[in-house]
Amino acid sequence: MTIVWNDPVNLMSYVTYVFCTYFGYSKKKAEKLMLEVHHDGRSVVSSGTREEMERDVQAMHEYGLWATLQRDDL
Amino acid sequence: MTSGFEPARGGGVVISLSGFEADLLRSLASQLVELLRNEVATPGAVDPFEAMLDFSGPTTAPEDPVLARLFPTAYPDDEEAAGEFRRFTEGGLRDTKARTAALMIDQLEEAGLPPVLTGDDLWVDVELDEASAQAWLRGLTDVRLALATRLGIEEGDEDFWAALPDDDPRTHVHDIYEWAGFLQETLVHALWR
Repeated sequence: MTIVWNDPVNLMSYVTYVFCTYFGYSKKKAEKLMLEVHHDGRSVVSSGTREEMERDVQAMHEYGLWATLQRDDL
Repeated sequence: MTSGFEPARGGGVVISLSGFEADLLRSLASQLVELLRNEVATPGAVDPFEAMLDFSGPTTAPEDPVLARLFPTAYPDDEEAAGEFRRFTEGGLRDTKARTAALMIDQLEEAGLPPVLTGDDLWVDVELDEASAQAWLRGLTDVRLALATRLGIEEGDEDFWAALPDDDPRTHVHDIYEWAGFLQETLVHALWR
């Protein structure tokens, strides 16, 4: 799973924009995930194979979001 | 002072920056380029042929706190997997981020920012197509992350910054951080329209 963590810097609008642009999520879904990050401190933003997740995490780092990987079996 | 980014008539976005603001942005972007290229990701590879054959990247997190924030540890609970991920991604990410910051500098100069700013009545209009605007969005994020890390920005610390006296050097840097945030906010909205 790809997890995005809350940070005090990234703007709510920007985080929502990244979720829409990169993952192709609807604005509604992207906003829901962004609010999860903001209020719960983290959110699972995508899941799939290890290769896919590594690609997503790398992309999130390119956007400046604080993302990590978590294996589903953990 | 600039009123931020606006959607441009033929697509893309446009911003009017005072010479001072454009110069400030160029200086922040240059510092980012320097930082990203300073602490070499693949030490030892100077020969281009050798560099191409050198697949090894760093396996441990950068020492500089800004770089550590730009390249977070991907597997917090698995040192080996984290090292592998870093080895294969950090070099490329550094290049991308440095190229993005360099693009911002080029576009500011193409828009009319002279190599050395003289006088205070200059304004530059920077027009960006969609792809450049996306790059600026990421570049501004990196600038903000760098400033925030140096300042020690934390969640919910607005009162602390508001109460800092004007002569505290951090006050000025925090103003710049807020200004970069304003630019980014207007850029997101301009792209969304």
